[in-house]
Amino acid sequence: MKRLISVTINGKQRTDEVEPRLLLIHYLRDVVGLTGSHIGCETSLCGACTVELDGKAVKSCTMFAVQVDGCRLLTIEGLVSNGKYHPLQEAFWNEHGLQCGFCTPGMIVACKQLLERTPVPTEEEIRHGIEGNLCRCTGYQHIVNAVKAASAKMGI
Amino acid sequence: MIPQSFEYSVPNTLQEALQLLAGGNAKVLAGGMSLVPLMKLRLAAPEHLVDLRRITGLKTLSESSGEIRIGAMATHHDLDSSPLLRQRCPLLAEAAKHIGDVQVRNLGTIGGSLSHADPAADYPASLLALGAKVKLVRAGAERTLNLEDFLVDTFTTAAEPGELLTEIIVPVEEPKTGVSYQKMVQPASGFAIVGVAARVRKSNGQISLARLGLTGVAPSPFRAAAAEARLQGSAGSAEDIRQAAALVSSNIEANADIHASASYRKQMAQVYAARALHAALAEAS
Ligand SMILES: Cc1cc2nc3c(=O)[nH]c(=O)nc-3n(C[C@H](O)[C@H](O)[C@H](O)COP(=O)(O)OP(=O)(O)OC[C@H]3O[C@@H](n4cnc5c(N)ncnc54)[C@H](O)[C@@H]3O)c2cc1C
Ligand code: FES
Ligand code: FES
Repeated sequence: MKRLISVTINGKQRTDEVEPRLLLIHYLRDVVGLTGSHIGCETSLCGACTVELDGKAVKSCTMFAVQVDGCRLLTIEGLVSNGKYHPLQEAFWNEHGLQCGFCTPGMIVACKQLLERTPVPTEEEIRHGIEGNLCRCTGYQHIVNAVKAASAKMGI
Repeated sequence: MIPQSFEYSVPNTLQEALQLLAGGNAKVLAGGMSLVPLMKLRLAAPEHLVDLRRITGLKTLSESSGEIRIGAMATHHDLDSSPLLRQRCPLLAEAAKHIGDVQVRNLGTIGGSLSHADPAADYPASLLALGAKVKLVRAGAERTLNLEDFLVDTFTTAAEPGELLTEIIVPVEEPKTGVSYQKMVQPASGFAIVGVAARVRKSNGQISLARLGLTGVAPSPFRAAAAEARLQGSAGSAEDIRQAAALVSSNIEANADIHASASYRKQMAQVYAARALHAALAEAS
């Protein structure tokens, strides 16, 4: 039986009828049309599907859409505000924190969580903070550099 | 990767949840970090899920009369970041920090981890060393069990159909207790190949309390009683630690998988037990 859910996504509220078994990532991509969050492994390991749920980074392939009824979601599409990139988006660009870009939407959401909890992280804390996100291109060093650059900029 | 259809309920109160579960057909959904992957693989196909996320009373951490009560729905992140736990029961907060990755810690719960009873789950090592108890509630009745009696076997607990784990109870740590959790990580999954939690206290230069909990080694996490007995009353010298660590896996039927053979696991259990004891003793004295 379908259920009605009401969710605020990137600041806009919407209501949809969904089957309980619909995964959150499929809801976001196929129902809402936000294709920024990617499906990499679909087995809770790669983090490409990471979105923010009530301020917490979660893997949207390992949740059902019905579980976010009444909640706030933020995806990579919602990070731009007033036409300006988020400092993390700028830093990923400037520091070459991405190559193919597949992991980037999830990676940036995980990094945002890290900087909120640890505004000036050490290299080790950065690597611990992105444990749940795999990148097959960069070798991570440029991502670490990008997080440091964003941290410095956000601290000003 | 699409699970079978199911009915979904999200009760607001514990009473409502217990009524929904009383029939025996419904399954609890906590953080979903173990259950949802199983449902996607169709290794689990529950007819009805009862999501506990709206029952706020199940998320609290509180201290009273020497005990800390942790709601079953408290997440790994809640435990890791709790000032109460960090100060009053640091071993448990440390175990929470070692679980999975940040996304898993944001959703996964202590109640879900214990109920799932994965033989390599992190919490049981620390909780066994702490002598934790669990509270189980069903419509019209409740009982409290020692964690040893709750964890029956691999993926098997003493909870009956319709019974809900609501609370985990640990003692407030006494001052000057040294604690340590040492985990050998399987790098791809992040789970423990071996995890050892140690708690030690000394008085007048002798060990007056020694507790060792192990996970990942055997079908169920366990306390290493022989090693504890070897340490009790000793000075805790390097030789005492070596001899005690040699006992942690001596009579154990160890697990074997593609990551580690049984004999390797037993060997690593000894190595990590010695590390945990050294670290805990350094804190205790
Ligand atoms: C990528 C990844 C890495 C992980 N790494 C680790 C790790 O390193 N160490 C580790 O210990 N764990 C790890 N886990 C597992 C994680 O800790 C889970 O959070 C935990 O095992 C289950 O908790 P949950 O709240 O998600 O429960 P769920 O998945 O919702 O439920 C698990 C089971 O318990 C039952 N249940 C849940 N709550 C209750 C309750 N209150 N009463 C009765 N039954 C209940 C459910 O019906 C279900 O059968 C990992 C998981 C993932 C996806
Ligand atoms: S697609 Fe969700 S973790 Fe890989
Ligand atoms: S940039 Fe290609 S996977 Fe990370």
